[in-house]
Amino acid sequence: MALTTYIDAINQAMREEMRRDQSVFLLGEDIGAFGGAFKATRGLFEEFGEDRVIDTPLSEAAIVGAATGAALVGMRPVAEMQFADFVSCGFNQLVTNTAKIHYRWRLPVPLVVRLPSGGNIHGGPFHSANPEAWFSNVPGLKIVAAATPYDAKGLLKAAIRDDNPVLFLEYKSLYRRLKEDIPEKEFIVPLGKGTIRRPGKDMVVFTYGPTVSTAVDAAERISKEEGNETCVVDLRSLAPLDHELIIQCVKETGKVLILHEATRTGGVGAEVAAFIAEMAFGYLDAPIVRVASLDTPVPLAPPLEEAFLPTVEKVVAALRQLGRF
Amino acid sequence: MVKSDLSNADLLKLLYFMRLTRECDIAIVRLYQQGKIVGGAYTGRGNEATAVGSAFALASNDYLFPMHRDLGAHLVKGQSLRAIFLQQLARQNSLTGGRDGTGHYADPALRIYGNVSHLAAMIPVAVGVALASRLRHEGAVVMNFIGDGGSNVGEFHEGLNMAAVMKLPFVLIVENNQYAYSTPVSKQFTAPCLAARAQGYGIPGVTVDGTDVLAVYEACRTAVDRARKGLGPTLVESVTMRMQGHSAADDAAYVPPTLLEEWKRKDPLEQFERHLIESGILDDGRRSSLGAEIVDAVEKAVEEAVAAPYPEGKEAEDGVFHP
Repeated sequence: MALTTYIDAINQAMREEMRRDQSVFLLGEDIGAFGGAFKATRGLFEEFGEDRVIDTPLSEAAIVGAATGAALVGMRPVAEMQFADFVSCGFNQLVTNTAKIHYRWRLPVPLVVRLPSGGNIHGGPFHSANPEAWFSNVPGLKIVAAATPYDAKGLLKAAIRDDNPVLFLEYKSLYRRLKEDIPEKEFIVPLGKGTIRRPGKDMVVFTYGPTVSTAVDAAERISKEEGNETCVVDLRSLAPLDHELIIQCVKETGKVLILHEATRTGGVGAEVAAFIAEMAFGYLDAPIVRVASLDTPVPLAPPLEEAFLPTVEKVVAALRQLGRF
Repeated sequence: MVKSDLSNADLLKLLYFMRLTRECDIAIVRLYQQGKIVGGAYTGRGNEATAVGSAFALASNDYLFPMHRDLGAHLVKGQSLRAIFLQQLARQNSLTGGRDGTGHYADPALRIYGNVSHLAAMIPVAVGVALASRLRHEGAVVMNFIGDGGSNVGEFHEGLNMAAVMKLPFVLIVENNQYAYSTPVSKQFTAPCLAARAQGYGIPGVTVDGTDVLAVYEACRTAVDRARKGLGPTLVESVTMRMQGHSAADDAAYVPPTLLEEWKRKDPLEQFERHLIESGILDDGRRSSLGAEIVDAVEKAVEEAVAAPYPEGKEAEDGVFHP
């Protein structure tokens, strides 16, 4: 075991996969000798050279498009968006080309797009995006979100090995804040499976990414204050969703809170809520509750951003109310 | 027509593919008018020299990223009439299983990757294939096509710039056929010509007479050779006229009849046939027997495709993801 930060886990995943498979290569802005805006690719240019850690001109459309083309003919590109916000400039490539290729052509498109996501770093309206809902409505894209260093490494390795396009959500607020002992032996975390982060029989929180720890903290407080035990489910895979696990946890608890850092309306949580309402209504003992960011652009000033984000206090308040329903 | 050192056999091949292209287009319009082609039907009337002459410069391991006026390029690259018409008719056993139509298919064995409707969006993808070719030392060149309309889209710039910066084995054919749907080139760009755009990327840009198959071929051969040597991309602007509507649903009433008259005199196919007859390479007998062979071959493929079944509704959910 080795104490590893979230960002180092991402770096290790790419290094190991590049050593294992010659067809894996990286492309993005400033990822070469500079090592990336967040240093996620630090040391990889030195180890693998400029043909496998490729600095591109500033163009997300060209990065995503070129990665798609390379994947189409058997390479395994990992494209870095410097900030998840900028994937909007590559949006047309992802929805028009990447996502539709397999359905139309039956050809694998083994491509990963890394998306440094989320707020809580005072990034303001253009460096804080949680863009998953832009893509969860697009058939043909897999979407995963890593909440821990272990998952960051294991999910990214699985994403690189998958024969489909995978959007890999990694969180800037977790890069250096989270450290975890992770095995030195190779491991992967399979795509498509959620996991239970905290057991509990009274309520369940479905969440992913940086709000997994928010949910666990809130659950601990509720346990102390109210004596209710809250199950925390890390969905991990947003497309496809782990429907089996969702149903199981609804059945076991009967009270559901859905939490994400992305804005509320039309978010991934809306799909989770609709799915539960359709498939598990009979097991619900209370209306489904959602806690998410406000429906505004991400504001810059700290008091505004705090008001915007779903904090532990907001989740505690919502769980308290849900528990008493 | 420009001079070329192609053998007589190759010249006759060019003619064959141009006539075959035109005959396929005639059949496609007919199938559309009969209601047998659903969705759009697009022809390359006036573009045969560009599509055929350009693809004729490719080797078998080169990649083709054509657009919807380039049926001739598919044929040169080896695509069968059977596959083309099954695809046009969205049949179950077509290359897309009926999930998409026209030339929107891929055939990796022939290294043909069709367009999406957002034509310029294919440029970065084709550039990515050129990148893969270089990374794997394949020695394969990627030839990609765009129109005068598509050359105004951001991905044209973003893709071509990346190809130029990375010196990738990439050739972009810009088919300047005077209209993007109903919009004439005068309302689309103010550059003196579209080849001039190459200057902005520091790559060669040439303009050729797109009605002269030999001019297109020679320019593309130079561009392909240059790309294969690792000297980077070339932009080839091929100037011609879209002689029919944007699609078979468009009567193109907005095109001044005098303009069509003027370009009709430069019809690429008739021009080349005249040239071959005057050069003693083709005679009237061979000309008409070739025509009959082509009509028969197209008719046979059309009949087979029309008789083939559509996919079944239950297949609709198959294949969103690779298993």
